[in-house]
Amino acid sequence: MSAEAAPAIDPIHQFNIVRLGEPFHIGGVDASFTNASLFMVIVLGLISVLMIIGTSSKAVVPGRIQSLAEMSYEFVANTVRSAAGDAGMRFFPLVFSLFMFVFFSNMLGLVPYTFTVTSQIIVTFALAALVILTVLVYGFIKHGTHFLHLFVPSGVPAALMPFIVLIEVISFVSRPISLSVRLFANMLAGHITLKVFGGFITMMIGAGAIGIVAAALPMAAIVALTAFELLVAFLQAYVFTILTCVYLNDAIHPGH
Amino acid sequence: MDPVAAKYIGAGLAAIGMGVAAVGVGAIFGNFLSGALRNPSAADGQFGRAFIGAALAEGLGIFAFLVAIILLFVK
Repeated sequence: MSAEAAPAIDPIHQFNIVRLGEPFHIGGVDASFTNASLFMVIVLGLISVLMIIGTSSKAVVPGRIQSLAEMSYEFVANTVRSAAGDAGMRFFPLVFSLFMFVFFSNMLGLVPYTFTVTSQIIVTFALAALVILTVLVYGFIKHGTHFLHLFVPSGVPAALMPFIVLIEVISFVSRPISLSVRLFANMLAGHITLKVFGGFITMMIGAGAIGIVAAALPMAAIVALTAFELLVAFLQAYVFTILTCVYLNDAIHPGH
Repeated sequence: MDPVAAKYIGAGLAAIGMGVAAVGVGAIFGNFLSGALRNPSAADGQFGRAFIGAALAEGLGIFAFLVAIILLFVK
């Protein structure tokens, strides 16, 4: 890539955070309203509209919006029940909120000229930290020190025990990192790939008549990639949800 | 060796880890599919488990990605 072509292809540019309106500080922390905040508000608005309209009519034979709301409820409820049991249903509001927020952010990010909230590591890390803190707080309140049996599996030979405990502790500590980075990395990589292929098109069109014909190839690749990204957007929301349920299951039934 | 060059080489080497994680994820879904084709009626119940396994295998590849990102962007 030559130096003068670099500004035309800047796949990281889409993740820039831009302040909208006046700078606003709380206790020395920059809490200005940015494009990230704007899209979080849009995501919350979309979810609220879907759920309020979906639950307002309560028809026996559901319409389009109502069946969409019912499907998302059923889907998340089945996931929670299969991964955390019926006791896990008390965390349903948390898990449902997480799923809808992640899913709508991922989907909205695929619309051109939008901002993907979940491609910011701090957003996904805040969500993952919320999950892990819920697990820790609920586990210690419900089970007390018995919660620490999570790190001491039964039926392990005494000689292996220190290593097993060490491995279990490391795997628990790495959970918030892997949970947040998985979502962030998938979104980041997908959007960078789309932008790089978009850059190929502009470069080829700049090259002349043959380039315009050849530009159909990366264009077809973008269409295929966008379809793939739709799958990834749903899949990562699902993976985030089911891992949340698995971790909550540890807090509900430790020592299994 | 030039430290900047070493950084980029290190990030490239870390990318190998992501390829190996891809092998792991492929093995999980390949085995899930071969099991599901033998007994399609039991496949739906194990769908979530296949994804948990894939997510955990992917998690190790993500640490490789993290190493590459840290090498590239953290001063």
